[in-house]
Amino acid sequence: MTIDNIKEILGASYIVGEEWKDREVHTACGSDMMSDVLAFMKDQSVLLTGLCNLQVIRTCEMMDIICIVFVRGKLPDDAMINMAKEKEIAILSTGHRMFSACGVLYEKGLTGGPTYRE
Amino acid sequence: MSDTITMTYEVPADDFTRAGEASSNVKSKLKKMGVDPDIIRKVSIAMYEGEINMVIHACGGTIDVIISPEEIEMILKDQGPGIENIELAMQAGYSTAPDNIRTLGFGAGMGLPNMKKYSDEMNIESVLGVGTTVTMKVKMFE
Repeated sequence: MTIDNIKEILGASYIVGEEWKDREVHTACGSDMMSDVLAFMKDQSVLLTGLCNLQVIRTCEMMDIICIVFVRGKLPDDAMINMAKEKEIAILSTGHRMFSACGVLYEKGLTGGPTYRE
Repeated sequence: MSDTITMTYEVPADDFTRAGEASSNVKSKLKKMGVDPDIIRKVSIAMYEGEINMVIHACGGTIDVIISPEEIEMILKDQGPGIENIELAMQAGYSTAPDNIRTLGFGAGMGLPNMKKYSDEMNIESVLGVGTTVTMKVKMFE
């Protein structure tokens, strides 16, 4: 699946990074707690979140996540947009709520990676 | 010429928007040095969680990063309130962060467990009312 596929499936719009639309994504996670996101290191390429602050972009930078989807129509501010451009992280915004956004993507084949084990 | 590079960062107090700048800088330096991406991610996440902790709990502090051919060592030093019970603080889900921090996406009690998870060695020295020093090492090769 590509970033552009996600945009189409979620009826989302690009805030940053339409030029990276063909980049491949493999797994996703949905969370408003950044430490939960940081707990799973491997192969996450998309973050769906309702949290909208600069640390969302920072978290994705540390994790090498290449696409953020803001749910419930949330929109980033200029500082977030500038940081995302600098770090080459695409940002989408969708009107879906978190549960349905994750569900629709899962149904189309985007999974969440392995189950957590202590 | 020495094979070791040392970098020192000041972590500003109470400025949540700037938290992560030091980790971001280290990440780009390691990338330029051609370090393995998995190692870079381990260092970045461990240091970023530490940096966030310093902003939330300790009014900032300093971070020394020492890069040698064998390992990356991070020494995070603060003059914060100290950790009362380190064993308890290491438990996933235990947090003393105020509620407003949770609305910012942190304070889930995963900071120290994540730091331990991503570093190959971690040591915490803490004195109540004096401060905390966390030392983490990540090996260059798994």
